[in-house]
Amino acid sequence: MGRLFAVVVTVITLLSVSFFVMHTWWMPVDISTTGPAIDHQLEETMTGSGLLFLGGQLLLGLFVWQSSDKNPARKIKIFPGGANPLVAAAIILVGIEILTLTFVGSKAWAAVNLVPAAADSLHIDVQAEQFAFYFRYAGPDGQFGGLHPDKIDDGSGNYFGLDPANDVAARDDVVVGSLVIPVNRPILLTLHSKDVGHSFYVPELRIQQDFVPGIEIPVHFTATQTGKFEIVCTQLCGLGHYNMKAYLQVMSEADYEQWLKGQEGQ
Amino acid sequence: MRMKFFAALALTVAMGSALMVFATPPPAGSGSITGKVTYTGTPMKMKPIDMSKEPSCAKQHATPITTENVATGPGNTLQWVVVYISAGDEGTTTASQGVRYDQKGCQYLPHVLTMLAGQQLQIYNDDQTSHNIHPLAKVNQEWNKSQPPGSPPIDTKWDKPEFIAVKCNIHPWMHGYFAVLKTSHVSITGEDGTFDIKGLSPGKYTVTAWQEQYGTKTQDVTVGAGAATANFVFTATPY
Repeated sequence: MGRLFAVVVTVITLLSVSFFVMHTWWMPVDISTTGPAIDHQLEETMTGSGLLFLGGQLLLGLFVWQSSDKNPARKIKIFPGGANPLVAAAIILVGIEILTLTFVGSKAWAAVNLVPAAADSLHIDVQAEQFAFYFRYAGPDGQFGGLHPDKIDDGSGNYFGLDPANDVAARDDVVVGSLVIPVNRPILLTLHSKDVGHSFYVPELRIQQDFVPGIEIPVHFTATQTGKFEIVCTQLCGLGHYNMKAYLQVMSEADYEQWLKGQEGQ
Repeated sequence: MRMKFFAALALTVAMGSALMVFATPPPAGSGSITGKVTYTGTPMKMKPIDMSKEPSCAKQHATPITTENVATGPGNTLQWVVVYISAGDEGTTTASQGVRYDQKGCQYLPHVLTMLAGQQLQIYNDDQTSHNIHPLAKVNQEWNKSQPPGSPPIDTKWDKPEFIAVKCNIHPWMHGYFAVLKTSHVSITGEDGTFDIKGLSPGKYTVTAWQEQYGTKTQDVTVGAGAATANFVFTATPY
């Protein structure tokens, strides 16, 4: 029975490692300028932790195999000094691993989260609500109207709470249900939530950022490929969470300008 | 002995009130009030609705539908205005049939549904997606109910007269109204802005026109044997 367990452990270990080595279920294509650094970091993390996993599980299989005979006379070997040095060694080794990953990975993380957005970024406002995303462009005047939560009225399409009657800047704001952006241009999103916590996740951009009600959260990125990609909510936000998504459309600069003109006319 | 007396009394009262209902049949008057609802000024633009996140609904609309809170027609007409007798009406009975409300193509059909207080209301989900209808009642009891695709209709009713905004807790753009009234003498304006309230006996009535964005307008109308006219004009603002 012990030997069978050793074989099963070894087979499970080799199979699960092979899925990662062969990239069977891997990340989708990367379309962001900051993506390669994230992917590189992910590869390093997966390789490091993968080797430790492989070594640890194979040793487990070996030890189970060795001690599966029922010879009561066999001497049980113990770690020098007993359990305390073993625990201390484990804490130090795992601590070094985590700290190394943190220091090495912080550069990739900082490039997304700590570096300010480029000055010429295209600003787009994002409103998350149960269970949809809405996006706002400043319109021809380049100015966003102020936000008044008491004016929010989904029935008349006022998802952001604009006050066009008293606020001239709000009158030409473009509000749409899809995120349309030009390729190769820095984008700066400001995330707002109308109700509860949500999350903005575009796997292809390698960006995942929570919405927190009451806080404006900036997110910036530059897309390097045109195409249509899914934006999904990855923070459980209520009964329609499974259905909360929108689409990111990355277009050429010319197509984007044309699209924006069409929206401004409506 | 006493129990029997009360039972007999209750029976008499019940039969008496039943007789009274039959004794005063609804006056099927031949009079009517017709007219048109229009606006002056510039109404707000209706916005196209992006349903791309719900492909099963988006494909049901060849061109995107728009918001409907100020639905206008050619000649400055206003659609979805509820015109009803708000005073002077004595002929309303309870409705024998229920009314039907549909969730189809991620839209409420019809946009405004009138019904009597106490009248049966059946709400259908005709879509391949879940809906969670949420009537924002303030006078009546507010509720919301989930309906996955293929669910049986929701069978309900409203006890008190109220204009109830309806939203879907899953699709934020879905928006409609229940106009719960105590009169069956009501008409909703079509795209041409016209209404026609039929079956009125001669007499003096107060007519109210309700538009979800602009509120109500009221006027007194005297009905003779034929059709009386009442037109309503709302003042529209662009924002």
